[in-house]
Amino acid sequence: KQWYQRRVRGNTTLPGGVPKLSRSAVYKKRAMYKRAKVQVKPTVEAAPTHKTKQVQGEKNGGSRQVPLAKKPRFYPTEDSKNPLNNRRKVKPTKLRSTISPGSVLILLAGVHRGKRVVCLKQLPSGLLLVTGPYKINGVPLRRVDQAYVIATSTKVELPAMPESLTDALFKRKAKPTKNEKEMFVENTTEEPKISAEKIALQKEVDALVVPAVKKVDMLQSYLRSRFTLTKGQFPHEMKF
Amino acid sequence: SSGINAEYGGYKRGLRNQHSSISLLKIEGVDTKGDTEFYHGKRVAYIYRGQKARKNKVTKRETKLRVIWGKIRRAHGSSGLVRASFRTNLPPKAIGATVRVMLYPSRV
Repeated sequence: KQWYQRRVRGNTTLPGGVPKLSRSAVYKKRAMYKRAKVQVKPTVEAAPTHKTKQVQGEKNGGSRQVPLAKKPRFYPTEDSKNPLNNRRKVKPTKLRSTISPGSVLILLAGVHRGKRVVCLKQLPSGLLLVTGPYKINGVPLRRVDQAYVIATSTKVELPAMPESLTDALFKRKAKPTKNEKEMFVENTTEEPKISAEKIALQKEVDALVVPAVKKVDMLQSYLRSRFTLTKGQFPHEMKF
Repeated sequence: SSGINAEYGGYKRGLRNQHSSISLLKIEGVDTKGDTEFYHGKRVAYIYRGQKARKNKVTKRETKLRVIWGKIRRAHGSSGLVRASFRTNLPPKAIGATVRVMLYPSRV
């Protein structure tokens, strides 16, 4: 493979990357003195760095030049390196081709392992949003990672879901810090484990999903049942 | 229901040397190299009993059961055996014992 050699007109490169003629020799050879001189770029007016401010008082000279950009008041003792630009754009995990909104999934781990569940959508965080529906098998609106799910070929035709189904729903509420003055005061009101908004949203979503499930023959009892492996059943032989 | 069983067959070895960091597992119902493809990457758990009850960090319950987690790396040979590596090497007393193969991380 030939290394790319910078092409200079009127000159050749000797082995070792050394040009045959010097810069001045090339100048003479190409008769650059005969060619039209390069136009000098017109000077661009520099941006204003100072601004004139009127000053009160007889003996103060009337006006002052104030710099527009103030010099920093503080310089660090040691030079610190600037961090490199991070131009990474976060994308949600690639969704498996077998998973789509309305697919029935089998949960593989967690409290609800083995349960069959309806996939609602993929959230911006990459996790799947899933619901039992709660009425059918007790699985609430829940986030699941794709790796912990087997996608079955069964699909439910889902209507449009409410807009509020996002990752923000699952954000944990910050616990009150120990420094709070109420430390010695009894916590009389216990916060309920599941917020009222979540319960309301669950009902809203189930009201959309459950009728869609009931339309399909036997799908409700299918979602009620759990996935199990019995004797002689092997997952590598199964078609889901 | 959350997994399938495998028998722990011993360490990866030649006749006179053994490499205890890699364990060989015989998964139930898997007889050919092609069948093992489903199990690549799947998590594996060797579950055993201790004498004293310990608190499980995840479930927060006191239990005598203990786990060594691992993962199935690749096939071993052409008859369906599989190589697995565990977080800490499996103890030799476990040879012949049952190891549970989970169905996750799933690629189906």
